Amino acid sequence: MTPPTTPPPLPNALPRPADEFAQLERAWKRPTGWRSLTVVNNTSIGLLYIGTALLFFILAGVLGLMMRTQLAAPDSNLIGHTLYNQLFTMHGTVMMFLFAVPAVEAVAVLLLPNMLGARDLPFPRLSAYAYWAYAIGGLVFFCSIFVGLAPDGGWFMYPPLTSAQYSPAVNADLWLLGIGFIEISAIAGAIELAVGILRTRAPGMTLDKIPVFAWVMLVFCGMVIVAFPAVIVATTLLELERAFDMPFFITGRGGDPLLWQHLFWFFGHPEVYIIFLPAAGMVSMMIPAMTGTPLVGYRLVVLAVISTGFLSFGLWVHHMFATGIPQLSLSFASAASMAVSVPTAIQIFAWIATLAAAVRLRPIKTPMLYILGFFFVFVIGGLTGVMVAVIPFDLQAHDTYFVVAHLHYVLFGGMVFPLFAAFYYWTPFISKRPLSERLGRWGFWLMFVGFNVAFFPMHFTGLAGMPRRVYTYAESQGLGPLNLLSTVGAYLIAAGVLVFLIDLARNFRPTIDNNAGNVWRAGTLEWLPSGSYGLRSVPAVTSREPLWDQPGLAQQVDDGQHYLPNAPAGLRTTLVTSALEARPDYVLPLPGPAWSPLLAAVGTAGFFLLLTFKLLPLAAAFGVLAVVALWRWLWDADTGPDYPPVDIGGGLRLPMMCSGSASHASWAMVLLLIVCTSIFGSLMFSYLFLWTTNPQAWPDSGDLPSPVRPMLSAMMLLAAAALALAAGRMMTQNRQRALRGCVAGAALLLAAAPALDLVTHWQAGLRPQASAYTAATYAVAGLQAFFGGLAVVMAAFTVARSIAGRLRPTRRAALDATRAMLLYAVAQGLIALALLHAFTRLTG
Amino acid sequence: MAKLLLILIAGLPTAARAQPSGEDAARIADIGWVLYVGATAIFVGVAALIALSMFGPAPLRHRLSRPALIVGAGIVFPVVALTALLVYVMKPSPTAAREAAYAARIEVTGELWWWRVRYLDAQGGLLFETANEIRIPAGKPVQFLLKSGNVIHSFWIPELGGKLDMIPGRVNKMRALARTPGTFRGHCAEYCGAQHAQMRFDVQAVDAAAFDAWVQAQRQPARAAEPALRQGERLFIQACAQCHTVRGTAAGGMLGPDLTHVGSRPALAAGILPNNVGAMGGWIAGSQQIKPGNAMPSFDRWPGDDLRAVARYLESLK
Repeated sequence: MTPPTTPPPLPNALPRPADEFAQLERAWKRPTGWRSLTVVNNTSIGLLYIGTALLFFILAGVLGLMMRTQLAAPDSNLIGHTLYNQLFTMHGTVMMFLFAVPAVEAVAVLLLPNMLGARDLPFPRLSAYAYWAYAIGGLVFFCSIFVGLAPDGGWFMYPPLTSAQYSPAVNADLWLLGIGFIEISAIAGAIELAVGILRTRAPGMTLDKIPVFAWVMLVFCGMVIVAFPAVIVATTLLELERAFDMPFFITGRGGDPLLWQHLFWFFGHPEVYIIFLPAAGMVSMMIPAMTGTPLVGYRLVVLAVISTGFLSFGLWVHHMFATGIPQLSLSFASAASMAVSVPTAIQIFAWIATLAAAVRLRPIKTPMLYILGFFFVFVIGGLTGVMVAVIPFDLQAHDTYFVVAHLHYVLFGGMVFPLFAAFYYWTPFISKRPLSERLGRWGFWLMFVGFNVAFFPMHFTGLAGMPRRVYTYAESQGLGPLNLLSTVGAYLIAAGVLVFLIDLARNFRPTIDNNAGNVWRAGTLEWLPSGSYGLRSVPAVTSREPLWDQPGLAQQVDDGQHYLPNAPAGLRTTLVTSALEARPDYVLPLPGPAWSPLLAAVGTAGFFLLLTFKLLPLAAAFGVLAVVALWRWLWDADTGPDYPPVDIGGGLRLPMMCSGSASHASWAMVLLLIVCTSIFGSLMFSYLFLWTTNPQAWPDSGDLPSPVRPMLSAMMLLAAAALALAAGRMMTQNRQRALRGCVAGAALLLAAAPALDLVTHWQAGLRPQASAYTAATYAVAGLQAFFGGLAVVMAAFTVARSIAGRLRPTRRAALDATRAMLLYAVAQGLIALALLHAFTRLTG
Repeated sequence: MAKLLLILIAGLPTAARAQPSGEDAARIADIGWVLYVGATAIFVGVAALIALSMFGPAPLRHRLSRPALIVGAGIVFPVVALTALLVYVMKPSPTAAREAAYAARIEVTGELWWWRVRYLDAQGGLLFETANEIRIPAGKPVQFLLKSGNVIHSFWIPELGGKLDMIPGRVNKMRALARTPGTFRGHCAEYCGAQHAQMRFDVQAVDAAAFDAWVQAQRQPARAAEPALRQGERLFIQACAQCHTVRGTAAGGMLGPDLTHVGSRPALAAGILPNNVGAMGGWIAGSQQIKPGNAMPSFDRWPGDDLRAVARYLESLK
């Protein structure tokens, strides 16, 4: 019998100094009035984010209702083909890009810091920027349907239909540029969430103890970082083809429509797991809380989530079973598509086991109802997914309403139901009152019955021969009765959503200081008392459900007895901890409200949208606004005096800043460079793919220009690398002048090398429009030139900071980021030169 | 409950109740039954487990609450079931040895929004061209060569088998075999623009003798017009010859469907209109109302007599 151990003393003793709490509240005070637009607190941004995503869900849902109304009867004249084709394109595009991914990202922004014991996300202005760019860009994009300019090529936008020849109007460009930059918003959010999950946790919260939702969001971030660049490259190439006649996808000139499909689906398949996994993570949080018992098989679930993330990258070819590509790749994709259901099955049975272990179950409250609905609908969707993974079966079901049924069962069942469960579950965290149980039940049953009535018949209509994306169908096909049934179901879903909105209007009263509290008696940290400052003090945790296993934790945290109960130097701060063991590393000062994220978002959105309409001077003006706002924003970052170390309690004195590879900023930079690698990788794939399908477009080695100039470019790149490395050493020695010279020199060389390469190609007579080979060559060289330009801007910024005295050995984030980008750009440039010159020579 | 099922089955579209006629479609239907039964069984099993885990007796719930459930039902069972499924599906079908001797080789090109059909001989030479209509001999394999010169389409005859895309720059080859004679509907199954919904076609499987007779008839040029139809023929050649071909006359346009034997087709305008004088006249006068955006203008300024004359002439081209 082990003698009872006395619990270790709490980090900070009572009573707390008189002014400490007031100082904390002052530092974290939210802006009011019209200055509210400058808010950066994650709870405010998170709430705005969720609200906007919900708005897009409703808007896209209305589009779906209109589609169903047109399809209720055969040969209906209610909605003509022009509008209908825009409706289904926008329904899919808005649901996938403007609702699903932002909604789960928004829930993470709202909840994760509190769940992890952090006060805010590590880059609050970045999440504000990501939100505003998404909101402004998304709303303008949606409004295109009111003026008949909405894209109509399907959410997947296959060329040649979406090439300039078959879609000459600006509608397709709106999709390409509008959605392209909303991806930037999603990637920014993903980088920030990943750094937050890895580096800003409560002390003692080892990776083995983080909430499952945090694990899931970590996998989500990794998937976004690798998958989204593929669609950015695809949209850029198609836009280049439309605007500048560079024939990437035009067969007669060496291009290949299948290139688009590979790039798009390499993004598109992980996209659906990017949408599903966070919802599964939410379910993994809600079931334990509502049943009063920890999740059974936590480690298996984490393993399953990680495996799903990796496996999902191997499945994209299953969208291309009917394209006629070789049987071997089809078989691999088929087997992999079946295999991915195994990790999902692991999660499902972990949830069932947890239900079986439940300590409290009845009465079944609304979140649990939605979770049961999720089980019913998602399992059916998963089973039809295995069916379409079987190639012969898919060759019948592909591009029919069977797939429409499948995708809605997995997406609506697998994401929307958990999301509504999450609304009912987490509302007490952010509202004075929880939502109504009675209205919750009504809403659930209407949505659940409506969903099945709407979508189950589609399995039959699909197999009976109703293709997708049709604005009408013939009476003689006999599809009328089932389509009518589907339409009735759609209206029932709408009624359910309406009931939910009524519930929101009546009961949702946003607050953070005065929330309804831990009504579910859950065990995780977001249920601690909190305010605009997050938690009063950062708890030391010893288990996965701290509120269950550490009695009195809530009171201790709120009294300020845990770590960092104050605002050192009057600043907003949070604790940065190590990635694996969550040992406190340093105290991170965080920025307060600012105009620059909003202005940068307006500038970015304006730039891309005006570019679509070819209003170039106005677009340039907005671009300048974005750059200026960004400059101002970064100018304020990593500044201030060298603060003395902070006593956070428990005998720990931590520095108030960090530079070098251990800093959260350099981790973010690494993730950004992975994004860049994925962009370059997708572009290299495109080049090599076009070479395999149309080798005749490639020149013979005898026709290539002399290798002297490419060698010169390579020399310039190597010199740039040497200068970049030297700049790092100059920084450590605080030799400002030498530092400026090295940075400027490296950047100029990085810009000159691709410039020389482009000139070389031009003087050799290559023109981008000539063939897919020349287009791909200019695309690769052009990407390098873009990075050269980026290097120059970053170098100018760094030099300016150096001149202004804002760069020193303890405040060197700007230099470190620039140096990392310079070195990456050198590596990318060398590989690009090898591809364009050495590879072509070897295979010519 | 039984009444509900009856209502449900009665509501099923005709094609779902029909027996699949094609060899591939039959194999897929067999696979389909395995999938439906398996999926239903698994769904019922999971639903039962959920119900038991929530409402079952305490000892059972205790057994279900262990990680062994996750490993057994979440890893072992799916791996075994999916491996069995893969083995079953990947088994090469009996007809895997594709014979070189096809009873017909038919090149189909997706247009906007209709089907250009060309029958080829064994060496790839052209036998004849038609549009929106395909006839094949029952009980014998045929080969489709699928092409497109514009956007991506997809060639699908549900009752015969799976679909295959028509992608510019590629020729996709598809084998089909109708076991018994019959009439089947075909659809475009890849979104191809404004009138994707109205891009259908008709397929008839007939016995070998009837097929040969049809091929011979199709290879003949159009009969000379009877005196009553000459006015219609004249108008047709004047107004329509730039886009359409009627072999045996001066009309040799290639932009639109070949009309040499249009009178004997099951339908008009790619499977969306019946084939009679009224529908033909209606199409000529109002093609932009029926299928807005298609390449044929509406000849809505023609006087009624001219329309009737051309329509009767075309209907006579059997």
